[in-house]
Amino acid sequence: MTVADTPVAVRARRGRHPALQFVVTQPLGAAGLLVILLMAFAGIFAEYVAPYDPVAIDFGAMLAPPSPEHVMGTDSFGRDIFTRIIYGARTALAIGFLSSFAGCTLGAAVGVASAYFGGKIDLVVQRFVDILLAFPIIVLALVVVAMLGRNLVLGVDVNLIVAIAIPIMPKVARVIRSAALAVREMPYVDAARAAGYSHARIIFRHMAPNIVAPYLIMLTAYIAQAILLEASLSFLGLGVAEPMPAWGLMLAGNASDFYREAPWMILFPGLAISLAVFAFNLFGDSLRDWLDPKFKT
Amino acid sequence: MLRYVANRLALMIPTLLGVAVLTFFMLRVVPGDIVEVKLRGDGGNVTQEAIETERHRLGLDRPLIVQFGDWMAGLVTLDLGESMWTGRPVAEEIGLRFELSIQVAVMATIIAVIIAIPLGTASALYQGTWIDYVVRVVTIAGLAVPSFWLGMLLILFLLYFFNWLPPITYTPFYVDPVANVTQLIWPALAVGYRYSAVVARMVRSSVIEVLKEDYIRTARAKGVFERLVVSRHAMRNALLPAITVIGLEFAFLIGGLVVTEQVFNLNGIGRLFVQAVSRNDFILIQGLVMLIAVIFVLVNLVVDVLYATLDPRIRYR
Repeated sequence: MTVADTPVAVRARRGRHPALQFVVTQPLGAAGLLVILLMAFAGIFAEYVAPYDPVAIDFGAMLAPPSPEHVMGTDSFGRDIFTRIIYGARTALAIGFLSSFAGCTLGAAVGVASAYFGGKIDLVVQRFVDILLAFPIIVLALVVVAMLGRNLVLGVDVNLIVAIAIPIMPKVARVIRSAALAVREMPYVDAARAAGYSHARIIFRHMAPNIVAPYLIMLTAYIAQAILLEASLSFLGLGVAEPMPAWGLMLAGNASDFYREAPWMILFPGLAISLAVFAFNLFGDSLRDWLDPKFKT
Repeated sequence: MLRYVANRLALMIPTLLGVAVLTFFMLRVVPGDIVEVKLRGDGGNVTQEAIETERHRLGLDRPLIVQFGDWMAGLVTLDLGESMWTGRPVAEEIGLRFELSIQVAVMATIIAVIIAIPLGTASALYQGTWIDYVVRVVTIAGLAVPSFWLGMLLILFLLYFFNWLPPITYTPFYVDPVANVTQLIWPALAVGYRYSAVVARMVRSSVIEVLKEDYIRTARAKGVFERLVVSRHAMRNALLPAITVIGLEFAFLIGGLVVTEQVFNLNGIGRLFVQAVSRNDFILIQGLVMLIAVIFVLVNLVVDVLYATLDPRIRYR
């Protein structure tokens, strides 16, 4: 049986599609990706997937325990928790992705530019990065929240995304800079410079494509961080505002008044946060092993 | 050594100055200040005149650069100014709460180290076995579970099994050590779990690295018991990187407390910070950020000195 299978397996490996190869060599990462895709699907099509309206108040079903009608129970307003978790996935993934994308892209731009120009510019930029790194992530995010307040565009708090992106930026800038320093010494960069290309062209066309691997790795890793940070800020009442469903917000405020009466109000949103962050961490770790074996820490 | 420390302390000044400048101006880039929040907060009808008077009293009508100079002059003499909300000195507000937060942070560190070092080492020694897998799953989960939710789960657990809730009023250690520890152990566990996960992962990978070294092979070849190889030869070297992580995470622990203190109703630095942010109490925010930045930079310095002391290969420069 095994003997007969071997040649087939070998042939399959040779022509294997990269996505399939990822699934086979990184099963844990693929499991993480599956969870992420499921959450994204549920979040995007929340209107069709969720059994109830996320903001519909039903005083007849206040604090109902989990049952066939309300699989995860209801909260103190009679809102279905399962529904709110599905809509919360939309909030978490949208804010997580957008802020990680903004922070990583800005960080990568700063990192590559700093490495490319070197000298005084590099020194000044790196001191600035040092200063930002002296703030713990959540402290910096809170300072930005204090600075900007709220600013809703299409129902999304843009300032919240900025507040999460800014603490991510210096961390990414530091890592990308060191990757870009190696790239800068490559002959093709010298060649581009000798050919008289502009700085912008060398940075974006010649250097940027070669730091895509660390960029993608950090993008996924920081989505996990961003989801956690969004949940923390919302929990503190400084992130997403009611009545928008968000996991951190579901744990805030009156959830803690019902420890005894309705533990499901605390259990399920926290599980959702943990599962999402766990899935992104697994996927991110595997992506790192797969894209860049020497990048391992 | 002394020269190295002095040098490092001198290098702290530009970083801290940068933090001060950045925080001060970041908070004032966008218009809108505490006075409106404070006076209009009750929904009462407030005249423009009253707002102007209050602004004048707090010195907010002066040019930014003057306000900044004033604050910096205070910083140099360790005067952090007065809270714009309560009017009490910032140093006093912080002083009241500092002890509690530091105690939780230290307890969390101890918990983290006690959990992380044996777990990380076991995982490395039994790499690829079920022990390793269990430890890795537990530690990856530790990075995923938000500490504030873990805190809520702990409260649920205590409530259901012991019908006991952590008290709301804080008992200092020197008043009643038992009451103090039974109160603070839970928040310390909640933040310590994540911390231990980070440290355990570091310990695991550094033990695996060290076990590949030549001197381990030499020790084994000359017939040293495996237990001694691990404890004398491997652990001493493997724990060095772990110390760096412990130090770095300690500074971030203060950040983790921001959220966890809220869950346990602890009136600490984190809670004060959240209050300051929601009230736009800029002077208080600035003071707290400076405090956290100073802790961060000092802890980094201590880690580097410790590192060089423990590893003779590293020399001060």
